[in-house]
Amino acid sequence: MRLFLQLLFRNRLAGFGAVVLGVIVVLAVLTPILPLHPPNETNTANRFLRPLSEGHWLGTDHLGRDLMSRLMWGTRLSLAVGFAAALFAGLAGAAIGVLAGYFGGRIDNVTMRGIDMLMAFPYILLALAIVAVLGPGLMNALIAVAVVNIPFFARNIRGVTAGIVHREFVDAARLSGMGNARILWSEVLPNVVPVIVIAMSTTIGWMILETAGLSFLGLGSQPPQADLGSMLGEARSALITAPHTSIVPGAMILLIVMSVNLLGDGVRDALDPRLRSGAPSRPEATTRVERATAPEATESGLLRLDRLETQFRIGKRVYRAVNGVSLNLSPGECVGLIGESGSGKSVTALSVMGLVASPPGVITGGAVRLDGQDLIGAPYEMLRALRGRRVAYIFQDPLSTLHPLYRIGDQLAEAITAHQPVGRAAARARAVRLLEDVRIPNPAARARAFPHELSGGMRQRVGIAMALANDPDIIIADEPTTALDVTVQAQVLALLDELRRSRGLAILFITHDFGVVSQLCDRVAVMYGGRVVEEGPTTDLLAAPAHPYTRRLIACVPELGGGRRRLAAIPGLPPAVDDLPPGCAFAPRCERAQDACRAGEIALAGKVRKVRCLFPETTP
Amino acid sequence: MGGYILRRLISAIPVLLGITMIVFLIMAMIPGDPATAILGAYATPENVERLNRYLGLDQPLLQQYLIWLGNLLQGDFGRSFALNRPVLDEVLERFSATLILAGTAFVLCSLLGILAGVVSAARQYGLADKTITFAVIVGISVPSFFLGMMMILFFAVQLRWLPVSGMYSIWGGGDLPDLIRHLTMPALALSVVATGVIARLTRGAMLEVLRQDFIRTARAKGLHERRVIWGHALRAAMVSVIPVLGIQAGFVLSGAVYIEMVFQWPGIGRMLVDAILKRDILLVQGGVVFVAACYVGFNIVVDVAQHLLDPRIRA
Ligand code: SF4
Repeated sequence: MRLFLQLLFRNRLAGFGAVVLGVIVVLAVLTPILPLHPPNETNTANRFLRPLSEGHWLGTDHLGRDLMSRLMWGTRLSLAVGFAAALFAGLAGAAIGVLAGYFGGRIDNVTMRGIDMLMAFPYILLALAIVAVLGPGLMNALIAVAVVNIPFFARNIRGVTAGIVHREFVDAARLSGMGNARILWSEVLPNVVPVIVIAMSTTIGWMILETAGLSFLGLGSQPPQADLGSMLGEARSALITAPHTSIVPGAMILLIVMSVNLLGDGVRDALDPRLRSGAPSRPEATTRVERATAPEATESGLLRLDRLETQFRIGKRVYRAVNGVSLNLSPGECVGLIGESGSGKSVTALSVMGLVASPPGVITGGAVRLDGQDLIGAPYEMLRALRGRRVAYIFQDPLSTLHPLYRIGDQLAEAITAHQPVGRAAARARAVRLLEDVRIPNPAARARAFPHELSGGMRQRVGIAMALANDPDIIIADEPTTALDVTVQAQVLALLDELRRSRGLAILFITHDFGVVSQLCDRVAVMYGGRVVEEGPTTDLLAAPAHPYTRRLIACVPELGGGRRRLAAIPGLPPAVDDLPPGCAFAPRCERAQDACRAGEIALAGKVRKVRCLFPETTP
Repeated sequence: MGGYILRRLISAIPVLLGITMIVFLIMAMIPGDPATAILGAYATPENVERLNRYLGLDQPLLQQYLIWLGNLLQGDFGRSFALNRPVLDEVLERFSATLILAGTAFVLCSLLGILAGVVSAARQYGLADKTITFAVIVGISVPSFFLGMMMILFFAVQLRWLPVSGMYSIWGGGDLPDLIRHLTMPALALSVVATGVIARLTRGAMLEVLRQDFIRTARAKGLHERRVIWGHALRAAMVSVIPVLGIQAGFVLSGAVYIEMVFQWPGIGRMLVDAILKRDILLVQGGVVFVAACYVGFNIVVDVAQHLLDPRIRA
């Protein structure tokens, strides 16, 4: 409960709503003992007095009645009726929903059919029909509004109940011989109550509005008794001559409904576990950059990552996902970047073109130079023009990385027109040729398919085709074969290798699988805890791994290209990158670790073969 | 596609039957002698007698329902005794006025709501987002009838830009510009709440979609951010926005009742309220059944649109 209140008031708007509503409710409760004129005392000599008149703060209405007093009494009535309607609808709806959800089967079927029928009406028709039968009157308006809202509650709560009924604790209760009534009371109800509260708190404002509306139409409270709605309705005929008689009750309705809505939103956010961590954040168009200075440019190359640092900032915690990674990619070269999940290899790859989701990602240091030109902090338009044009990406799971609602031919054509001034038809034709290039049979027909209509292997070929669309110099492939099964994986790798040779592509290949690396890559860099721990030509490194981590990683691969064997064989867990130990990050899992390893920073030593270890397995 | 539409149309039949049943049952609950209640002040013994026979009120409930349903299917909604004309004629005439009002409001709230929602999501936590979020909070809390009255005060009385009420000018009106001038305020007032709801939902859906992998792909391709947001993201978000448009259409239609009262719009909502106050039961019954049936039809259109948009449910 305390947590609930804390969460509620963390939301400033909800707090504001609570305070305003609190004041209004207190005043409404106190109305009978406040020093007000009697609300129905008419005085035709003082008709339509303006606000701030002597003795009448808010003025008087068309019968000379004190508006202040009528406003307070009307508020009292509107609040009472609105709450009563919400309570009635909530309880009746909950009862129906719980019973239907709990018993299921026939009962459920019949009730829900009925509910669906009721929901097929625009709500007011039903309310009007009910009032037509019962006759105008405040009580009847209340009933009408409540009845109209029952289906909403019933359906919501039926869903929740049906979800609970098949959970273990309900089964356990049933096995222990509890009766239906007991189970409903002690197992089901406690789980349903929060849902009822959420549903009620988000609909009370609505109910107040609706009952006021019916009164406004003259179908609710009848004179001389007046709620806010009928006050407004009566004032309508004098709208132009005495606008204050309309504005006073109207503004009050607005104030009440708004504060109730704010509070209701707050209650929902506080009670709904999915929303507790705050609203989802949208990633910006490029990764945020907060870099003091760029490191000095060293020799130029096609793509050079220089001491790149990328962090994730979540709340107060800082995760150093990429912690000073330097890497070099020459034309036509294939470099493997390998590591466990969480090692920072994907974040490194995404940082290149500013594709790390921000928030929470921030690039905090280093440089990424394409032909000597620094991309970190480059203007959006420049980065955009390079994305897909010179540096293209292939992502892991093409089912989630291709747009589900566009035909693949259109998605390919769009990649082309984003960078080249070709017409739609020409781009389409190019798209079909691209599909042919990646060996998709019957490409013209496949171009009209949606991603979900293709097999996993075919989808990844589309992903590759998309990367090739603008003849880029560099392809960054982020675990492109991980989601595929072994034979398809081999085919896709063969295709990539062939394309690389025929087109002179440079590839940065991210993977966790040494088997894949050995098939494709000239050089390989091993990442651990956001850093490169070993680097060298693939054959050398595979033959004689120097870093204890690399050795273990290789030992995990049963046979080359053997598929999705995870690195479970290494004891211990990869380090949490918000809490890196000083010195070697691998020390807690390393058999060769000594005190010196934990003492301080260890440099990546060596020229062609580099290793970051004090006691390497072999001296390269 | 054709098959789907057909199936959807067939599935609407039980819903329509259910609607007639519910309306019939509600009306059957009128206390006392229905014929007298229906005829109200116009009741003469002969009329009561005639109506009783006509409605089959001397027969069991089921038979009464079947007779009534049979009449409906032949387009015979009965006769309004207060207006002394066939219910269907009156309903059709009034409903077309409502359709103009509610239709315009619906188009407005869909466009504005989606626009505001997308902008809000694209600039999350920025000034535009905060402004829109605040406007949405006010918008979904304001009673449309009060808003309408304030608009009259401001735009019609103060600024004299627009006519106070009605659908056409009495003198020399009747053409399209005249209609538009009369339509502007009520349509705007009617659309405000739904705009807020749609904007809020669109924002949520967009934020959800913008975190998806395919958005990263679109950016990696080098697409303009404009195209990423308004093309890729919005297209995917529409899958969850469209069903809400269907629901909001019902709310717009409902809200039209208040707006018609405020602006003296000769629509079916005002007709229903008048009919209730005059206890013109057959007119209420006919109007409710007719509008509800139209709403069912509209929802079929929404479902078909959803179907066209999302190839995954087509499969
Ligand atoms: S530095 Fe020490 S702890 Fe780290 S890998 Fe080498 S031997 Fe193991």
